[in-house]
Amino acid sequence: MENNSRRGFMGKAFGAVAAVGAVGSLVAMKKSWDPLPSVKAAGFTTLDMTTYQEGVMVTEKWRGKPIFVLKKSAEVMENEKGNPAAEARNIKIGDDNFMVAIGLCTHLGCIPAFRPAENDFLCACHGGMFDASGLVTKVPPPRGFDIPPFKIDGTNLILGEVGPEWQSMKDNGVTL
Amino acid sequence: MAHFTKATGVKDWLNQRLAVETVEKVMMSEYWIPKNINFLWAMGMVLVVTFVLLLVSGIFLLMYYVPTVDEAFYSVNYTIMREVDFGWLWRHVHGVAASVVFLVIYIHMFTGIYYGSYKKGREMIWISGMLLFVAFSAEAFSGYMLPWGQMSYWAGMVITNLFAGGSLHADGLVEWIRGDYVPAQAFLGRFFMLHVLLLPLAIVGLIGLHFAALRIPHVNNQDGEEIDFDVESKKYLDGNKAESKVMRFANDFMSKDMMVVGIFLIFFFYLVFWNYSFALDPVNFDPADGLKTPAHIYPEWYFLWSYEILRPFNIDLGLVLFGFAQVIFVFLPFLDRSPNTCPANRRGTMFKVWFWLMLSNMIVLTAMGKLPPEGIFSTIGLVAAILFVVQWLALPFITSREKKV
Repeated sequence: MENNSRRGFMGKAFGAVAAVGAVGSLVAMKKSWDPLPSVKAAGFTTLDMTTYQEGVMVTEKWRGKPIFVLKKSAEVMENEKGNPAAEARNIKIGDDNFMVAIGLCTHLGCIPAFRPAENDFLCACHGGMFDASGLVTKVPPPRGFDIPPFKIDGTNLILGEVGPEWQSMKDNGVTL
Repeated sequence: MAHFTKATGVKDWLNQRLAVETVEKVMMSEYWIPKNINFLWAMGMVLVVTFVLLLVSGIFLLMYYVPTVDEAFYSVNYTIMREVDFGWLWRHVHGVAASVVFLVIYIHMFTGIYYGSYKKGREMIWISGMLLFVAFSAEAFSGYMLPWGQMSYWAGMVITNLFAGGSLHADGLVEWIRGDYVPAQAFLGRFFMLHVLLLPLAIVGLIGLHFAALRIPHVNNQDGEEIDFDVESKKYLDGNKAESKVMRFANDFMSKDMMVVGIFLIFFFYLVFWNYSFALDPVNFDPADGLKTPAHIYPEWYFLWSYEILRPFNIDLGLVLFGFAQVIFVFLPFLDRSPNTCPANRRGTMFKVWFWLMLSNMIVLTAMGKLPPEGIFSTIGLVAAILFVVQWLALPFITSREKKV
């Protein structure tokens, strides 16, 4: 009987030590899979917005992801009028209007192709479509293109830094 | 201390220390298999042989493969394919076996469903088998990442994005799985580790469990007949072999098994030498490029049916149904409420139709998954996906109304 209770105690004592060790090692394992500091530090890209031409879609790179930059023509701006969802996504730098967005389909992350003739985006993976303002025109994507955190600095756009324009987009649910 | 005597020979020496004779009896000559079976019962051994082919070819690939984003593609497509003598052989064996193993797994699975081999005490065989299917799927996916071609990269992107959980937007979880904002070095490194160590270890462990799960209920037979293995094996050992309903695993059953394995291997190496290209997607011969999506992204053929269940719906419903399709097979022993253990064709019209419809529907889903999601194909895919879900939801009701045969 005495032996049994001693064994019981030893079992519980070991269980306690093992539990602490298990939790500790799980924390270490989880942390070891986190993105490295070097990966996080490389997360800023500066774009000179004076270099883009109207109606020509340019793909930039930020955090390894494609960034769609489309300088909108007067015609596109005319189309957007009266569509608050499209207007809210517009990025105005000086007198120019841009669509800047993460070029990944919000469904599962494929890169939709820009179709200059139709002035829209088509995702080959599952057939999703987006218009020139980055809004969904055909499912399965659940929402328009995400807009990367940006800060306007004169005629430059700094991706990865949060400026007031982006913060208000986020607060208003325009982007995630 | 145990008592040892001077050994009369090598076998006796080993016998005293390792009980090799007893082990041989338990594992081989007195492990009893029903006689009333057909070639479909050899699929287990075909799978073991295919797994060994994957392991051996994988060991040779591992010696030259370089798991870095800069060198992975060239280490596969240049070093292994051009420089290493017979490197092409290991790669083609590995690629073809990875594809063919799923074909045999599906045959093995549907054989089990047809003959009711998941019922009455055989539930753990089915469950451990489905866990093996999951482990093989993860192994196939992680291996697909390693050549770091366009399909590797974009399949990695799409599949890891599934973990964001649609509207849950668990982007932190996705970045944690990747170790980066996009699939990059951290991602390649960890999937390399999973592919060559952790998942193979899990597979070997699960194979052990799968075999152990067979010991007590024994292998099913063509009529689902309940055999008294003690009585039948005694008949066999008493010399009444013809009357006994069972035979030895080795060499009786093994000799038939290996006959099927032989035919399989001829087919397999025909593919390896003359028709390997089906297992090597041309798109994956372009190096990974994070700024260019291939025109069509589709998984390997063995994942197409579940991919097609994801595709026709909006992301949240798609993910829910995709998750449903991934796990529902595991619960088959509990969803089938019928008392009958016998071939599907003898269980009455309802289950007979259910079985053949399920099999054909999965072939339809597979075909639609490969085709571009446009027009009539979209519609057929949608109907097939809904039918798949409805069939599983209906299964408990169909089978509980089944009459005892």
